[in-house]
Amino acid sequence: MTTARVRAHRRLQAFRVVVLTVLGLFFLVPLGSMAAYSVRVPAGGRTLDFWRQLGQDPDLRGAIVTSLELSLLTVVLMLVLLVPTMVWVRLRVPGMSRIVEFLCLLPLTIPAIVLVVGLKGVYAWVTYFLGDSSLTLTFAYVVLVLPYAYRSIDAGLASIDVVTLSEAARGLGAGWFTVITRIIVPNIGAALLSAAFISVALVLGEFTLASLLSYTNLQVVINLLGKSDSQTSVAASLASLVFAFVLLILLSLVGRRRGARRTAPALDLMAPPVAKEG
Amino acid sequence: MIATSTGAREGLEVRLEDLRRRFGTVTALDGLSLTLAPGELVALLGPSGCGKTTALRIVAGLDEPDSGRVVVGDRDVTDVSANKRDMGMVFQAYSLFPHMTAQQNVEFGLKLRGHDSTRRRARAGEVLDLVGLSSQKDKYAGQMSGGQQQRVALARALAIEPSVLLLDEPLSALDAKVRAQLRDEIRRVQLEVGTTTLFVTHDQEEALAIADRVGVMSQGRLEQLDAPEALYSRPGSAFVASFVGLMNRVPCEVQGGRATLLGTSVTTLDGSVHGGRGVALVRPEQVQVAAGGDDATVVHISFLGSFSRVTARLVEGTELIVQTPSATVQDLRIGDRVGLSLLADDLLVSATTD
Amino acid sequence: MSRGVRRLVPVLGLVPFLGYLTIFLLIPTVSVVVGAFVEKDRASLSNIRALGDEVVLRTLWRSIELSAESAIIGAVLGALLAYAVVTGRPDGTLRRSVTSACGVLAQFGGVTLAFAFIATLGFSGVVTEAGRDVLGVDLFGSGWLFGLKGLTLVYTYFQIPLMVIVFLPSLDGMRSQWREAAESLGASTWQFWRYVAGPLLLPAFLGSTLLLFANAFAAYATAAALVSQGSPILPLLIRNALTSEIVLGQSHLAFALALDMIVVVVVVMTMYALLLRRTSRWLR
Ligand SMILES: Nc1ncnc2c1ncn2[C@@H]1O[C@H](COP(=O)(O)OP(=O)(O)OP(=O)(O)O)[C@@H](O)[C@H]1O
Ligand SMILES: [Mg+2]
Repeated sequence: MTTARVRAHRRLQAFRVVVLTVLGLFFLVPLGSMAAYSVRVPAGGRTLDFWRQLGQDPDLRGAIVTSLELSLLTVVLMLVLLVPTMVWVRLRVPGMSRIVEFLCLLPLTIPAIVLVVGLKGVYAWVTYFLGDSSLTLTFAYVVLVLPYAYRSIDAGLASIDVVTLSEAARGLGAGWFTVITRIIVPNIGAALLSAAFISVALVLGEFTLASLLSYTNLQVVINLLGKSDSQTSVAASLASLVFAFVLLILLSLVGRRRGARRTAPALDLMAPPVAKEG
Repeated sequence: MIATSTGAREGLEVRLEDLRRRFGTVTALDGLSLTLAPGELVALLGPSGCGKTTALRIVAGLDEPDSGRVVVGDRDVTDVSANKRDMGMVFQAYSLFPHMTAQQNVEFGLKLRGHDSTRRRARAGEVLDLVGLSSQKDKYAGQMSGGQQQRVALARALAIEPSVLLLDEPLSALDAKVRAQLRDEIRRVQLEVGTTTLFVTHDQEEALAIADRVGVMSQGRLEQLDAPEALYSRPGSAFVASFVGLMNRVPCEVQGGRATLLGTSVTTLDGSVHGGRGVALVRPEQVQVAAGGDDATVVHISFLGSFSRVTARLVEGTELIVQTPSATVQDLRIGDRVGLSLLADDLLVSATTD
Repeated sequence: MSRGVRRLVPVLGLVPFLGYLTIFLLIPTVSVVVGAFVEKDRASLSNIRALGDEVVLRTLWRSIELSAESAIIGAVLGALLAYAVVTGRPDGTLRRSVTSACGVLAQFGGVTLAFAFIATLGFSGVVTEAGRDVLGVDLFGSGWLFGLKGLTLVYTYFQIPLMVIVFLPSLDGMRSQWREAAESLGASTWQFWRYVAGPLLLPAFLGSTLLLFANAFAAYATAAALVSQGSPILPLLIRNALTSEIVLGQSHLAFALALDMIVVVVVVMTMYALLLRRTSRWLR
C-alpha cells in the first residue's frame, strides 16, 4: 500500500539525494581536478615532480616561511591587543562594550579592496618607521582577522563569569596582569585556540592586501608562479588549501567540544557572517 | 445566542479500531480500540511514552497506522490525508503562525475553504468571542501570553467547524492557575459547540475534571475506559488504580471472592485475584482513623486545610495514607497508636507480585 | 588624583586598542572618503564626477550584475542544500559533515579557488581535456572562464556554502507544528508553502541573498587571479587605478571608486539588517 504520506516521503528522499549528489559533485570536482592536474605529465602518466618542487623553489620556500611568520605574528598581536581589552571592557567599562563590538565587526562590512586604498597612505609611514619587510603586513592582518577572533573570544568570555573570577583573584591579592594571564586565559583556552586557528587560516589565504601593497606572501607567489609553472602553482594551491581545511576542521572540532557556545551567530544582526575571500 | 450562531450541531461518532503502530523496535500502539460517542469528550490519560500522541496523530491523519482503522460517523478515514479530514487540532504550544495576527490565524482554515472575507471575518469574530479574546484579535503570537495563544489555537481549530476536535496536552505549557481556568473554559466551549473531542493529557486531575469518560492507556493499549467517578472508585486493574489518584497497597488474604484486611471482610471487584495472598488497593478516604485503637502507629501528619493526611504504619510494617477531616485528627500526635477501619464495601485485590 | 581623573582611568585601559584601530582601520576608512574629494592635493569634485564616466558606470553595472547573479544562484542552490540537510536527522552525520564543510568552503576563495577552476575548466583543465577526449566537446570555448560567466561560476563555489550557513538557522526555526496545524486546517502542500512557509522564510531568504550580494561585490582576490587583462568589474578597476598613476585623467580615482563600493555595501547591509530583524522576531 503506497499512501500519500509514503509517496511524499519518497519524493522528499529523492529530492535530497539529487541535491546532495549534484552539489557534492560541484564541490568535489574542482578539488579532484586540482589533484589530478598537479600530478599530470603531458605525454601521459603521473609524476610527483611538481610537489617536490614545492620544497625546492626558493621563492616559494621563502613565501611559505613569510606567510607562516605572518600568521604567528598576527595571532600574537591579535591576542595581545584583543584579550586584555575585552576582559577590561567586561570588568571595568561595560558601557563601552557596544562600541568595541562595533569596531571589531566593522572590517566585515569594509571590503579589503577598499581598505587597501586607505591603507596605502598609512603604510607609507609604516615603511618609513619600520622598513619595507613583508612582515609589516601583520598590522593590517590583525584588522582583517578582528571580527572572527572577536566572536570566538566573546563566546569564550560569555561562558565564564569573568567578574566573579577576577574579583575572587583580586581579593586574594592578584594584580590585573596576573588575573588576565593566570585566571582568565586558562579558562578560555578553547576560545583562544579557535581564534588563533581562524586567524592562521585567513592569513595563509590572504592575497588582496599583500599584492596591492606590493609585498610578497604565499598567495602572491602562487599567483606569480601560475604564469610560468601552472602545475607547481596548482600543487601549492592544493597544499595551502588542505592545510587551511585541516585548520578549520580542527576549529570546528574545538568549537563542538566547547559545547556551550552561544547559539545562532548567523542571526546576529550586528555581525553578518560575511566570508572573506583572500 | 452564541451557541446557536456557532452552529452547535450533532457530533459524530469516532471509532479507533485495533490501531497498531511501530517505530523501529518501539511499539507505540499495540491494538488500541476506542469509541467516542457523538458529542462526547474523552480524555486519554497515561504515562509518558504510552502512545497517546501517536493515537491522536493517527486520528488526525498526521501519521498512519500499520494496521487498524479510524472511522468518523460512518466514513472510514484511514486513508484520507490530513488536509481532507476536517479535524480541528490543538497542539501543546507554538502552533500559531507567527506572521499572522490572531484573527488571521483563525481565518486561515476558512480562507483555504474559499470563504469570502466578510464571512471569514464574521466567523472569526464569533469564535474569538467564544474563547473570550475578541479584544486581542490584532495581536501576533509573540505579543500574547501562553494562555491567550492556546485560546487562539482553540478558536482556530473550532472556526472550521470540525467534525472532531483533537487536543494534545494543550495546557501542559501553562502555569497551574491558567491551566485550571483554561481547562474549564475548553469544557464550556466544547459543550457549547457539541463537537466530539479527544483530549490527550498525562495529568490525571485534568482528565478527571474535564472528560465525560477517561481512557487510561498503558504501553500502546487501552487499560480502561470509564466515567471519571467509576474509574476512581472501581479501577479495573492495579495499573489504573495506582495511576489515577493516591492509592494504598495493603496485604490481605483472599478467599471465595472476599478479602480480609484491617479486621474487616469486603467483596473483591472483578479483576482481582481469586485466592491466597494479595494486595488490596485502598483509597486514602476509604479508611477511617480513630485515636486509642491498636492497629497502627502514626508516622506523619500533613495538614491540607479542611483535610489532613495521616500516615500510619501497620504492625507488619506497611505504611498507609489516610485522608480525613482535619477536625478528627486535632489530638493526634506522631507516635500515637491508632485504630483503623475500612469504609469500603468492595476493593480490587491484585497479585502480590505486581 | 582628582575624582574626574580617577573615573577616566578605566577608559584609559582601552587606549592601546582604540589607538591601534584608529591608525589601521578608521584613518584608512576616513581617508578613502576624504581622498575621494581631493585631486592634486586640493579639494575637488573631479573624482566624484569621474564616477559618472561611461567606463566606470559600465564597470559598476557589470559588478552589480555579477554579484546579483552569483548571489541569486548561490541563494537558490544554497537554500535547496540547506533544506536537504534540515529534512535529515538533526544530529545525523550528514548534517554535521555538510555544515562543517560549508564553514570551510565559505572561507575558500582567492587565488587557490581561481586555480582550482583553471585546473578544472581552463584550457588544459582536467574536465576540459576529458570533454575533448571523451565527448568531443570543447568546454573551454573562447575562454569564458576568464570572463563574467566564469566569475559567476567560480563565485558560486563560495556563495552556496555561505548561504547554507546563514539560511540554516531560519529553516531550523520552522516548527513542525506549523506544517501540521496547516495540514489539519486543510492546507495542501502547495498552500502550506504559499501561505505559511513562504511568507515566513522570504525575509530571511532575501536578507541572505543581500548578504551574498555584498560578499560577491566585495570579492577581489578570486577575480584578480582569474582575470589578468582588463578590468571588467569594480574591484579590478580599483586595482588598475592603484597600480597605474593616472586613470581617466584622475590620480585619485581609486578613492572615489572605493567610496562607490562603500556606498553600495552599506546600502545592501542596511537592507539586510532590516530584513533579518523582521524574521528573527518570528523564528525564535
Ligand atoms: N516519530 C517517531 N519516531 C520514533 N519513535 C517514536 C516517534 N513518535 C513516537 N515514538 C515512540 O513511540 C512511543 C509513544 O510515543 P507518544 O509520543 O505517542 O507518547 P505519549 O504518550 O504522547 O508520551 P508523552 O506523554 O511523553 O507525550 C514512545 O516510545 C516514542 O519514543
Ligand atoms: Mg505526547
